Amino acid sequence: MQLLSVFAQRIGYAIVLLIAVIIFNFILLNLVPGDIAETIAGEAGGASPELMEQIRQSYGLDRPFHVQLFSYVARVMQGDLGTSYYFNVPVIELILSRVGPTLLLVTTALLIAIITGTLLGVVAAQNPNGLFSHLVTILALVGFSAPVFWTAFMLMVLFVSILDILPLTGMVNPTTPEGTLQWYLEVAHHLILPAFSLASIYIAQYSRLARASMMDILGSDYIRTARAKGLSQRKVIYKHGLRNAVIPVITIAGLQFSYIFSGAVVIETVFNWPGLGTLALDAILRADTPTIMGILFFSAVVVIVFNLLTDLACRIVDPRIRSARNA
Amino acid sequence: MASQSASVSEVRDGKTKVEVERPIVEFLRMYVRNMAAVVAFFVFMIIILAAVFLPMFVAVDPFEIVWLPITPPGQEGFLLGTDNLGRSMAVQILYGARTSLAVGGAAAAITLVIGLLIGSLAGYYRGWVDEVLMRVTEFFQVLPPLLLSMVLVALFSPTLETVVFAIGVVSWTGVARLARAEFMRIRELEYVKAARSIGSKDGRIIWRVILPNALPPLIVTAALTVGAAILFEAALSFLGLSDPNVMSWGKIMGDNRDYLLEAPWTVIFPGLAIFVTVLTINLIGDGLNDAFNPKLRER
Repeated sequence: MQLLSVFAQRIGYAIVLLIAVIIFNFILLNLVPGDIAETIAGEAGGASPELMEQIRQSYGLDRPFHVQLFSYVARVMQGDLGTSYYFNVPVIELILSRVGPTLLLVTTALLIAIITGTLLGVVAAQNPNGLFSHLVTILALVGFSAPVFWTAFMLMVLFVSILDILPLTGMVNPTTPEGTLQWYLEVAHHLILPAFSLASIYIAQYSRLARASMMDILGSDYIRTARAKGLSQRKVIYKHGLRNAVIPVITIAGLQFSYIFSGAVVIETVFNWPGLGTLALDAILRADTPTIMGILFFSAVVVIVFNLLTDLACRIVDPRIRSARNA
Repeated sequence: MASQSASVSEVRDGKTKVEVERPIVEFLRMYVRNMAAVVAFFVFMIIILAAVFLPMFVAVDPFEIVWLPITPPGQEGFLLGTDNLGRSMAVQILYGARTSLAVGGAAAAITLVIGLLIGSLAGYYRGWVDEVLMRVTEFFQVLPPLLLSMVLVALFSPTLETVVFAIGVVSWTGVARLARAEFMRIRELEYVKAARSIGSKDGRIIWRVILPNALPPLIVTAALTVGAAILFEAALSFLGLSDPNVMSWGKIMGDNRDYLLEAPWTVIFPGLAIFVTVLTINLIGDGLNDAFNPKLRER
């Protein structure tokens, strides 16, 4: 019962955050130097004073600030993000057509990072002063310090230019019919480089985290108990240790979703991946304000939902934080 | 700051004063033990000196076309070759260093000031102040930082000031959380109670009593923040969201990214410059961490 009320509280809080994001968007738009009506008139090609007045009225720009704010919040809450200046279609349609590739890229990269990072960290923790452990530490530092687009370019030079086994950019050959087996294979083939490039930063972070938490765990009582029962080393580490070492990694990964989303913007640009990141950059370069603000809002929604799910999942999995107010 | 923490712990332990090493000497001794951090410090100094002074001796403007495009490194006397427009890579990287370091440093400073202000007030006052400030922090954690800074740069003007501001505004949340945790811990310690009991004002307790003792972890974070800000600036200018009239490492990579396969050096070298710079900063941060927490080193 208590769990349910925590859920309700969290969801209510998520909604408040969402409304705050919408208000923030609105304020940002109003802070921009220049008159919105002039911008719109400029798009339509020149403005007479009458036309400007007409635009102000039709967009409701002549109404008081709080009325405008309220109607903006109401519209966005209904999923109406306006119409793109440049593409001339509703922003929400644009976003929905691009969200699939981004989610595919981000979740693949996240999975790669969690699995590789945890394994590296767990193996390194077994011999903290060994050669492998030092290698993992160095790898983490390198992954931490390299700009993600540089890592991507280096991988490109290696796997495309020198080895010639992976495609350079894009997601799929445009002539391949969607939904066929070949289409899926092509997407997977194109996904390898961007996903590993994006994962590189987080492999570094998670291996460090997993190494530290595994070292803590190996000194704990239940590991000693497992050893005392006569379990093999392999079972102790991969069954009892690994399970607990992965919890902090997943928690951090959930909280980092907004950063991974940021990395995706850069990686998508490098690889010409047809997702939200390339759309955002296109919109920014073309001063397509409704699309830009729509993407900002939408990505906040994705992050909020993802944080909510991580929070709820952690509470269900780990009884220790089930009733705590702030996990 | 280290001097206070050292003497305080002695008083707390109730021991008579023993002859101890001066804290700054002990700090240096611990730092020097970390060879990588020492090397990193000197490399970083060389990078800074090169960025400040070398451009003075170069007669060429970084935007100036000096030779045929895509000249490989080492040929025709161009140490690092030329880019797709025929501009000297070496000169561009030299000038780019100024921008990357200056913008990274300034943005990190803004990040630290905002984070420290919000974190210290939340951690010291607790209650509703904490509640409100932490909600603001969570709000900023929900917006993807790079995307928000892209939007800020795009909506306002793409000048260096906007870029610095945009990076600072989106990256302070981590610093705020750390400062808050430190202030919450330290405000319960006895010497803070002592300061309060003799009637010190809040401002004095926050800035003169707690802050100096919260500095060690914050200094380490400051180093990492500079590295992160340089990476952030590189990403923005790589995407074309920076001042088009100022050379920077990210911009060089962005300008040449379509020539990766024909002229890989135009992308590899500026990236290498970013990587080495950020790596040295992170190694320095590591060294500071070891020097501030000698006990953690044994782990």
